[in-house]
Amino acid sequence: MQLLLAILSGVLFAAGVFLILRRSLMRLVLGLIFIGHAANLVIFTAGGLKGAAPAIVAEGARQLEQPYADPLPQALILTAIVISFGLFAFFLVLIKRTYQASGLDDLDELDGRKG
Amino acid sequence: MSSVILRIAARSLTPLLSLASLFLLLRGHNAPGGGFIGGLLAASAIAFYAMALGPAPARRWLRIVPRTLLAVGLLVALSAGLPALIAGRPFLTGMWWHPELPFIGSLPLGTPLWFDLGVYLAVIGFVLTIFFALVEAEGEGG
Amino acid sequence: MNLLLVAPILIPLVAAVLSMLLRTSQRAQQSIAVIGGMGMLTSAISLLDAAADGSIQVLRLGDWPAPFGIVLVVDLFSALMLLLTAVIGLAVIVYSLAAIDLPRRRFGYFPLVHVLLMGVSGAFLTGDLFNLFVWFEVMLIASFVLLVLGGEQKQLQGAVKYVTLNLLASAMFLIGTGLLYGKTGTLNLASLAMLSGTDAENAALNVSAVLFLASFGIKAAVFPFFFWLPDSYHVPPVPVTALFSGLLTKVGIYALMRTFSMVFVHDTDFTRPLFVVLAAMTMITGVIGAVAQGEMRRLLSFHIVSQIGYALIGLAVFTPLALSGAIYFTLHVAIAKTALFLVAGYVLAVRGDTTLKNIGGLLRSAPLLTALFLLAAISLAGLPPFSGFFAKFALVKAGLDAGEFLLAAVALAVGVLTLFSMMKIWNEVFWKDDPNAPAGDASEASASSAAAARITPLTSSARLLYILPLACLVLLTVIMGIAAQGVFEWTDAAARQLLEPEQYIRAVLGGPQ
Repeated sequence: MQLLLAILSGVLFAAGVFLILRRSLMRLVLGLIFIGHAANLVIFTAGGLKGAAPAIVAEGARQLEQPYADPLPQALILTAIVISFGLFAFFLVLIKRTYQASGLDDLDELDGRKG
Repeated sequence: MSSVILRIAARSLTPLLSLASLFLLLRGHNAPGGGFIGGLLAASAIAFYAMALGPAPARRWLRIVPRTLLAVGLLVALSAGLPALIAGRPFLTGMWWHPELPFIGSLPLGTPLWFDLGVYLAVIGFVLTIFFALVEAEGEGG
Repeated sequence: MNLLLVAPILIPLVAAVLSMLLRTSQRAQQSIAVIGGMGMLTSAISLLDAAADGSIQVLRLGDWPAPFGIVLVVDLFSALMLLLTAVIGLAVIVYSLAAIDLPRRRFGYFPLVHVLLMGVSGAFLTGDLFNLFVWFEVMLIASFVLLVLGGEQKQLQGAVKYVTLNLLASAMFLIGTGLLYGKTGTLNLASLAMLSGTDAENAALNVSAVLFLASFGIKAAVFPFFFWLPDSYHVPPVPVTALFSGLLTKVGIYALMRTFSMVFVHDTDFTRPLFVVLAAMTMITGVIGAVAQGEMRRLLSFHIVSQIGYALIGLAVFTPLALSGAIYFTLHVAIAKTALFLVAGYVLAVRGDTTLKNIGGLLRSAPLLTALFLLAAISLAGLPPFSGFFAKFALVKAGLDAGEFLLAAVALAVGVLTLFSMMKIWNEVFWKDDPNAPAGDASEASASSAAAARITPLTSSARLLYILPLACLVLLTVIMGIAAQGVFEWTDAAARQLLEPEQYIRAVLGGPQ
């Protein structure tokens, strides 16, 4: 499972980097989103994978029963997702405005380097 | 987006979805749910309405400017930290109150719920600010 | 005490919310902004006062015990950086009252500045790596919107690069954090500092270290990640640039200094040579870029890069003196550089242009501004008796003591080039005659009166709002030079706290405060 997730995040990274290197603005956003997801997967995998119960104290019990999964990586990922959601929402508005203002979806042409 | 089915559906679904979002908000303390996901659902309900009937009616349906909602939400979430200060505990410490109500019995109310309510409002405000900026051609921007 | 630690976060948050709610009233927004800035300054001064005796204040948010919950920690380094934030924040807010146009203010300029200040303060306060990430993002989203506020096309283009690079940096930060957590099982800075001495397996930690270095390096505009900065910093209105130059890159430097002096100290044979190269290359590329520029704001933007290199000398040499010098330098450069950007803003306001060859003659038409520019520029170039001299002196001396002769030589040479580029601004903007003045008429009197006529008249109140914060910042850099002894006592103590984290660890993890 760990190996699978490691490969998956590698693939996501590769795809993200490839998309970022294209000149289209829309692909740039997609690439960044891929890399963000890959980062979240890395946290998830590095935080340790075990098939265990969520870390919630059962009704009436005083403490957690072993084995339970470490909740912190999940909390980190959740926070990271929420934040990247906000950032990408803004980024989408930004590139839409850029496109409206210039009519271009091409990073090189935006810089005034035709070709 | 002028489908009759969509418009009729939006009129009845938006209130239902908003209600469901309140349900998510309230059950979120110990079960999956909470202010963020509830806020997202409420925001998407209004976004759905806007897609079916246009952004202007959606704004009217909402009545409040999204950015005001965002500010109020932040204020509410912030104020959730204050009871702890009055009790002499560090900022944002969870404080609980158990009023006895008829029929229900002891109802645990706490500052985490109040905080979640703030998150709920702030998320609706933020998402809709961005959403209207995307939908309206010459809107207010992000 | 308890509330005081959250005050630098709460005050701007409350100010942001209030001014968002009262966004129809300009008067209310302005007074909230100024009061909020003053409130931050007051809280920062009291925090510095509390930290000045070398004690470390800790607040456990929500009363969760230390390695599990989020802690806010104020040691001397944090307190100094918070004070810097408050000073620059207040100066820029006052300057903005005159320099930001009405549409931008209507759109929410002031709330965004508050949010930005909140993010910066949070980053300086937190004692937890993931929380640092969160504050970085708060600061970033405010800076994104500030950058595009107004929606001019060149702003949008600059913003695309800025946002892309920062999102990449955030992803790297996240991966570094995830790997570090997988390796150590904690993200609390104190716990990490405790573990880092004992961990023998360096390879995994080094991966995190390099990821953090790249992430903070992008944010701080360290070579080779500096290129986005000159491309985007000159596009927004000048107060925004001044705020960014004073604070954003400094947060990156702060994060580098914090993590690489407390957490990633297990393998200094690996990190130190890296920082030597980075510091030297950042200084050189920045200043060479600056010398080549013909526009005031771009020139100053390249200087930001060059000065980040100086601050990195602290980590490259890694002795108490070097770190102390780097902290002093960071304080000095943030103030002097913000002052210089505010000068550029004034020039832009009166001449409508900051391209060097198109303007001139400000010596005659604005003598007070000229004097302020001269003081700030000399301080930046590192001539005595201003703060820049003492900062560079400490850094170069630390370099020589540690045997880093090449690095010290680079620092000195870059100082000369800095002076040269400052003289270029001096010659072009202030000394030479206005190129737009009628050339045929040789008589000086008429030339200067024509130059005076070209000055867009500023109302006297606007003039005051422009000059007052500028003068205060310049005064501060002079005071930092005169009272260098006192400031160095603080920065020495701050450097010691960083290099010997036992006190920090005890304050955060051990018992109730």
